[in-house]
Amino acid sequence: MDATILLFLVQDGLTNGAIYALLGFALVLLFTVTRTIFIPQGDFVAYGALTYALLRAGHLPGTVKLLAVFGATALAVELWSRRRDLTPGFIATQCATKLGVPLAIWAVVAVLGAAPRPVLLDLALTIAIVGPMGPYLYRIVFQPLGGATVLTLFIAAVAVHIALIALGLAFFGPEGQRAPALIATSLKLGPVVVSGQSLAVYATTILLTAALSAFFALTLRGKALHASAVNALGARLVGIDTHVSAKIAFALAATIGAVSGVLIVPMTTIYYDSGFVIGLKGFVAAIFGGLGSFIITGIAAFSVGIVEALASFFASSFKEIIVFSLIIPVLLVRSARSHHGDDEDH
Amino acid sequence: MTASPIPAASASAAPASAPAALLAVNAMSVNHGPVPAVVDVSIDVAPGEIVTVIGANGAGKSSLLNAIMGITPGSGEVTFAGTPIRRHPVEARARLGLALVPEKRELFSTMSVIDNLTLGGWTATPAERKRTLEEVLDRFPRLRERRTQMAKTMSGGERQMLAMGRALMSRPKLLMLDEPSLGLAPRIVGEIFRIIADLRASGVSILLVEQNAKAALNAADRAYVMELGAVILQGPAADLAADPRVAGIYLGV
Repeated sequence: MDATILLFLVQDGLTNGAIYALLGFALVLLFTVTRTIFIPQGDFVAYGALTYALLRAGHLPGTVKLLAVFGATALAVELWSRRRDLTPGFIATQCATKLGVPLAIWAVVAVLGAAPRPVLLDLALTIAIVGPMGPYLYRIVFQPLGGATVLTLFIAAVAVHIALIALGLAFFGPEGQRAPALIATSLKLGPVVVSGQSLAVYATTILLTAALSAFFALTLRGKALHASAVNALGARLVGIDTHVSAKIAFALAATIGAVSGVLIVPMTTIYYDSGFVIGLKGFVAAIFGGLGSFIITGIAAFSVGIVEALASFFASSFKEIIVFSLIIPVLLVRSARSHHGDDEDH
Repeated sequence: MTASPIPAASASAAPASAPAALLAVNAMSVNHGPVPAVVDVSIDVAPGEIVTVIGANGAGKSSLLNAIMGITPGSGEVTFAGTPIRRHPVEARARLGLALVPEKRELFSTMSVIDNLTLGGWTATPAERKRTLEEVLDRFPRLRERRTQMAKTMSGGERQMLAMGRALMSRPKLLMLDEPSLGLAPRIVGEIFRIIADLRASGVSILLVEQNAKAALNAADRAYVMELGAVILQGPAADLAADPRVAGIYLGV
C-alpha cells in the first residue's frame, strides 16, 4: 500500500464517517429526549435513499402512500385517545397535520410527475416525505408507551424496525436503486481526487451539524428540547409539552435519516433493507459517546468510517466484524465505570 | 416590604370564602399502590392569600401538592381559577398559571441559570419574558451574580432560589412551594422566608408545604394541619400557632 491508496481510503472513510456521524447524532438526540434506542434509524436512511432515487428517475415513490397510511393511523390513535373531549377545532387541526400534510405532499409529487427537476427540489421532497414519518411513528408507537422503561422502548423500536423492513419491501419491492452523483465534477488536491459526491457529503454534514448546534444553543424551542432531555418533569412544570419535544426529535431524526439516504444512494445501491447495517454503524459511534455526547459521537463516527475503509482494504471479508468489535472495549470500559444510577441529579 | 422581622399574619385574617377561591381542592385522595397517602382532603386558597399545609414527614403534604399539579393521579375535584383541571396534564396546568417548586427542585442541571430562568418563562411572550427575567434577577441578586453558572454546580440554597425564580418566570397566579427550607442552613431558610413575605407583598398567592411549622405559620394567613393523610386542624395561621395541640406537636413548645 502506498500513500495514494492510504489517502484514498482515508477519504472514503471520512465520507462514510460523515454519514455515520449524522446518524449517530440522530440516535443521541432521540435517546436523550425520549429514552428510545432507535433501531429503525437506518430504515429512514433506506427510505430516504429509495425515495430520492425514484424521484430522480421520475417515478412516484411508494413512501408517498406509506406516509398517508402512517398519518391516517396516527390520526386514528390521536382521536381515539382524546375521544372523551373532542372539539371541532381539535379534530380540524389533527386532520390537517396528520392527513392534510401527507395528502398535500402526495399531490405535489403527483403534479410534478416525471418532469426533470433540480437536485435540491428532490432533496426537499424526500425530506417532506420521510421527515413526517418520525412524529407519526412516535404518535402511533412510542407516545402510548410514555413512562415505559428503556428496555420496553427498545423492544418497541425493534418491532418498528421489523415493520418498516416489511413495509419497505411492500412499497418499494425487492429491487435496489442507485441515483446519479449529487455533484458530477470532482476536485483535484495534489495527488488526491476528491469526488463531488464526497464534497456534497462533507458540506451537508457540516451544514446540518451547524444548524442543529444553532437550534439547540440559540432558539428557545431548542433549549426546551434540551430541557426535556435533561429533566422531563422540570420541563413539564414550566409548561413544555414533552410530547411535542419528542415529536420534534423524531422529525429531526427522520430528516437526518432521509438526508443520509440521499447522500449514500449515489455511492452504493440501496435496497429496502440496506439501512439497518448503515444505522448500526451510526449506533456504534453513538455508543462511544455513551448515547449522550454529540462531540464524542462525531469523532467516533469518523474513526468508525476510517477503520471500516482500512478494514475493507486489508481484510475485506472481516470488515463488518472489525467495525462492530470496536464497541466491545467501549462497553467494557463504560460498564466498569458506570454506577448504574439515574443520570438526573437534583 | 422590608426585611425581618416578618410581620405575623393578622389574627383577624378572614378564612377564604369558597366561591372566590383561586384554588379549590375537593375530597382529594391519593394512593401510592395500596397505601393511602392523602385521604379525602379539601383545601382552598383565595387570591392574594398565603396558605400553609404543615405536618410531620409522611403526613401526605407533598403527595397533595403533586396531585394538585397533576404529577401523581388523585381522585377528587380540583378547580383552578374557575377551571376544573382534573383531566389537565401537568404542562396544561402550568399554562393556566399554576406553578410548583417541587421538593427535589427538578432544575435543568446541565443548563445555565439564565437558561433555566428563560425556560421558566416558556409560556410568556418574548417581551414579557425579558421583563420578568429582570424582575426575578432583581429579587434574587445571587442568581444575577451566577447567571452563567450551571445549575448543578450551585449550592442547595442557590438551587432553591433558582427553582423559585424559574417558577416565578411564568408569572403564576398560584405558587406552590414544597418544603422550600428542607436541608438548608438556618441563614438561608431566613432568606427564603423573607422572599416569601416579599412575594406576598407583590400579590402572588402561595400554597406552602412545610415541616418547619413555626416559620410557615409565621408567614401564612391560613393553615391546614395534616396527619396520616388527613386534615386534622385548619384555621387562621395565628390561631393555629397559638393552639396548644399544634404547639405541642410541631412547635416544640
